[in-house]
Amino acid sequence: MKLFAMILIGILASFVIWGTHDLPERGDPQSPANLGVSTYYIENAYIDSETPNMVTAVLADYRGFDTFGEAVVVVAAALSSLLILLRRRRREDGSEGGLFSEVDAQKAGPDPSTSPSGGAP
Amino acid sequence: MTSRFESIFLFVVARAMVPLIQVFAFYVITHGHYSPGGGFQGGVMLAASIILLRISLGEESYDRFPREAGIVIGGFGALAFALLGFASMAFGGNFLEYALAVPGMGAEELRYWGIFFAEVFIGFLVWGALVAIYDALESGGVE
Repeated sequence: MKLFAMILIGILASFVIWGTHDLPERGDPQSPANLGVSTYYIENAYIDSETPNMVTAVLADYRGFDTFGEAVVVVAAALSSLLILLRRRRREDGSEGGLFSEVDAQKAGPDPSTSPSGGAP
Repeated sequence: MTSRFESIFLFVVARAMVPLIQVFAFYVITHGHYSPGGGFQGGVMLAASIILLRISLGEESYDRFPREAGIVIGGFGALAFALLGFASMAFGGNFLEYALAVPGMGAEELRYWGIFFAEVFIGFLVWGALVAIYDALESGGVE
């Protein structure tokens, strides 16, 4: 099984190396990546937005929607980790407790009557 | 991780380092136009200063920066960034085109300030989100 995996990786690696022969030379000004929209950014970033740092102009202006998606991914990661890692306890009147109510309750001391697991850890 | 390490060196050095880190983080965020940096980098530095407080001060840091504040700041940043995009749509531009109708400002200047506020909101967002992730991990294992 290990031999099979190594042979498979070797075949895939040879395909990838074979594919690099079609790539343009590094820094070639005539390569497709340098003939497209990047020329416009280099020439017009300061004229369009008065921003000397071209990277910032591309990040927050020309590619603002992409940056917005990246930023929302970060917030989604924070929300998911809060939802997965925190267990919220219900208050005695049935309403939802605060986000960190379980943590605060444990810091304040064990309280068996309201603990959802039925006892102090 | 919730008990303070009883070391006077850690206590003094951390309290001296945190404001310097925060000032440099604001510099990185607001100078994204002129130098390497921007919202993501500065937000990470702000989050690092809060996490340094968490590690060194322990319980006391939750009085200064509550646990709930992390995700509130992160959500505020995301909402403000989205509203910045929708505001330009209300004035007839595309999403995040910064086509706000502010009198006396040309299109270039508007885009300059649009980039600036986008960076500031990204800074808030990353700051709050990373502190929230740290607090969620730090409070794990609660039964």
